[in-house]
Amino acid sequence: MESSLETQTVSVASHAVEHEHDEAGNSKFGFIVFLLSESVVFLSFFGGYIILKTTTADWLPPGVTGLDTQEPLINTIVLVSSSFVIYVAERFLHKENLWGFRAFWLVTMAMGTFFLVGQAREWAGLPFGFTSGVFGGLFYLLTGFHGLHVATGILLQTIMLGRSFLPGNYDKGSFGVEATSLFWHFVDVIWIILFVLIYLWQ
Amino acid sequence: MTNVPVETLNETQQPVPGAPNNWRRFFSFSTDHKVIGIQYIVTSFFFFLVGGLFAMIMRGELITPEADLIDRTVYNALFTMHGTVMLFLWTFPVLVGLANYLVPLMIGARDMAFPRLNAAAFWMVPVVGILLMSSFLVPGGPSQSGWWAYPPNSIQNPTGNLINGQVLWLLAVALSGVSSIMGAVNFVTTIARMRAPGMTLFRMPAFVWAVLSAQLIQLYGLPALTAGAVMLLFDITVGTSFFNPETGGNPVLYQHFFWFYSHPAVYVIILPVFGIFSEVFPTFARKPLFGYRVVAVSSILITFVSSLVWVHHMFASYTPGWMRILFMVTSMCVAVPTGVKVFAWVATIWGGKLRLDTPMLFALGGLVMFVFSGITGIMLASVPVDIHVNNTYFVVGHFHYVIYGATVLGVYAAIYYWFPKMTGKMYYEGLGKLHFWLTFIGANLNFFPMHPLGLQGMPRRVASYDPEFAFWNVLASLGAFLLGMSTLPFILNMVSSWIQGKPAPANPWRAIGLEWLVASPPPVENFEELPIVTAPPYGYGSNEPLTENLSPSNAAN
Ligand code: HEM
Ligand SMILES: [Cu+2]
Repeated sequence: MESSLETQTVSVASHAVEHEHDEAGNSKFGFIVFLLSESVVFLSFFGGYIILKTTTADWLPPGVTGLDTQEPLINTIVLVSSSFVIYVAERFLHKENLWGFRAFWLVTMAMGTFFLVGQAREWAGLPFGFTSGVFGGLFYLLTGFHGLHVATGILLQTIMLGRSFLPGNYDKGSFGVEATSLFWHFVDVIWIILFVLIYLWQ
Repeated sequence: MTNVPVETLNETQQPVPGAPNNWRRFFSFSTDHKVIGIQYIVTSFFFFLVGGLFAMIMRGELITPEADLIDRTVYNALFTMHGTVMLFLWTFPVLVGLANYLVPLMIGARDMAFPRLNAAAFWMVPVVGILLMSSFLVPGGPSQSGWWAYPPNSIQNPTGNLINGQVLWLLAVALSGVSSIMGAVNFVTTIARMRAPGMTLFRMPAFVWAVLSAQLIQLYGLPALTAGAVMLLFDITVGTSFFNPETGGNPVLYQHFFWFYSHPAVYVIILPVFGIFSEVFPTFARKPLFGYRVVAVSSILITFVSSLVWVHHMFASYTPGWMRILFMVTSMCVAVPTGVKVFAWVATIWGGKLRLDTPMLFALGGLVMFVFSGITGIMLASVPVDIHVNNTYFVVGHFHYVIYGATVLGVYAAIYYWFPKMTGKMYYEGLGKLHFWLTFIGANLNFFPMHPLGLQGMPRRVASYDPEFAFWNVLASLGAFLLGMSTLPFILNMVSSWIQGKPAPANPWRAIGLEWLVASPPPVENFEELPIVTAPPYGYGSNEPLTENLSPSNAAN
């Protein structure tokens, strides 16, 4: 009893000392906790959407029959594939191939930008606005809030790309890169749910 | 890095001299969790006085049946601001402040996981305060829709101004939500990853368990409130129709968002107070916390169950019958883990050698008032009673027993208990006892009469009332003024003992816990060498010197 406790104490000790210095590990853990919390914001909006859609009598604004799904579908495909591209970029970084990393990272950014531009074009052509009834409000709230996240993701990616040209502080396990790509996957998953809710369930 | 087993440190062998008592650092941007903790606590007490002032004016108005002191709109603004200030600028920050100060010390860490994030979260609190207070200056004055901000009331904007009291209110609440989420990420990471060697989950003090549980609620609950607040903000400012019934929106949806957070939020408030009780009772009864593991796990259980009960605030809002029954049952379930805790404290005190110092008095008083509020709470959870007393003073009485009786008294207990640790000075026991009795008598005199008033049918949120309610209202107002006065000996005690109190030893209560092993006040990085923990908390024996009870004492050598 006494001795087993002793060994237990010692092994736990070295473990925790490690943690004390493992600031990147803390940051990663904290970032995941933050993303979980952030996803509740989206879940709340989704919950609100479902409740309002199933209880509101005049759901669509007058004169509006529905949304066109073709362009948003292309957008979706591009955004979802960018999740794979960013993954490849990260692999390159792990193999310490900086140029491979930069190339695929840049492609991710281009795909994200394509998505945003596509969404802006869609917004510009729609016959209803933010204040056109319950549906109008929800549509712009959800896509806008998500778009804000895409934009944030691109901003983070830009910073990481820039940093990769700075001497010194760029190693293969950079927390910033890891967090940015986690965030990007998160934004993608949210979009898939959004696409189903808004475009497929009309 | 080397480690010293905790048993080798005690009160006579102070490892390092304490931090300098330089008051200027409390006004600077510091990343030391202890400085930030005290910044939170002092700021929140400032707003406690502001919220208390609003309460005094309200009770002054209610001492006579007529609305003669202030008019109806001012009264509405006052109860809204009172509730908001008390919750968002006193209760949450003061408990976060205590947790900030104590958690790293209690788990044997040098600081929080993200010190700069911590400071940023704190500095948002004064901004929230400024936003809220500036609503007295805009046309139309502060929000008048109560701290719930239910639409359609909250959507109306008679002044037509884009910047109005309600908008400032929403911005303040959203900002305070952001600050709290930042804090919650920090606490969860710190507790999950920064514990000292040997500090397993079941060696964490109950207070740390309570903070962890409360912060988990912040993480999943606050985003829902924030989502609702954003939608309400758009309804008010640009005219969307999420909650506006006139344009097809659904006001009850807002209530779901609001209560999905705000019901569990009462546990964000009360769980740390439970944690405080669980620290104070064992120390002053010289006994281990009864059923420590059960107490610890019940905190987490409460977190889960409380997220399933929010609709009990909406029994009177067109909630269908089946839903009412469902949520009545889940609500009553929360009473089980809570009851377990009360039982554990009573069993801890039972047969102990009680020492009635000020912290213990406040903890006992808080427990008594909490038990009372628990009984009225079960009454409110049962649909027939709730439908009857909904929006009467009965509800106001119930929740003030919780938030004044349990929370304010519990926080006072914590402040006195850890004051020597935080400041390195002893407080004056006589002033502390005077403070306790004024508070305890004042609180009961103030809030007990609200129950008969509610049962007789006096509605809440009114500036005038039928003369038949006069008797109990006069009593309540006298109690309120007594409560207002009770803060004077407190402030006097805190300020004068901090300046010229007797120096405090590292462990004045002969308590067990890592925070008592370091100097008072603790040095900047808390521990010269990280301690190794080899035993569960609360190893009190009936007539001990404390070091003998941390067994097995030779385990780590
Ligand atoms: C001296 C102590 C206090 C007094 C005399 C007092 C008195 C009152 C009064 C008269 C009301 C208005 C009731 C109504 O019209 O519905 C009220 C509401 C409220 N109080 Fe207190 N209170 C005190 C302390 C506290 C504390 C410490 C808290 C929280 C930590 C608190 C939280 C609230 C809340 C949330 C409301 C509801 C406001 C609303 O309806 O929007 N009070 N209080
Ligand atoms: Cu509730």
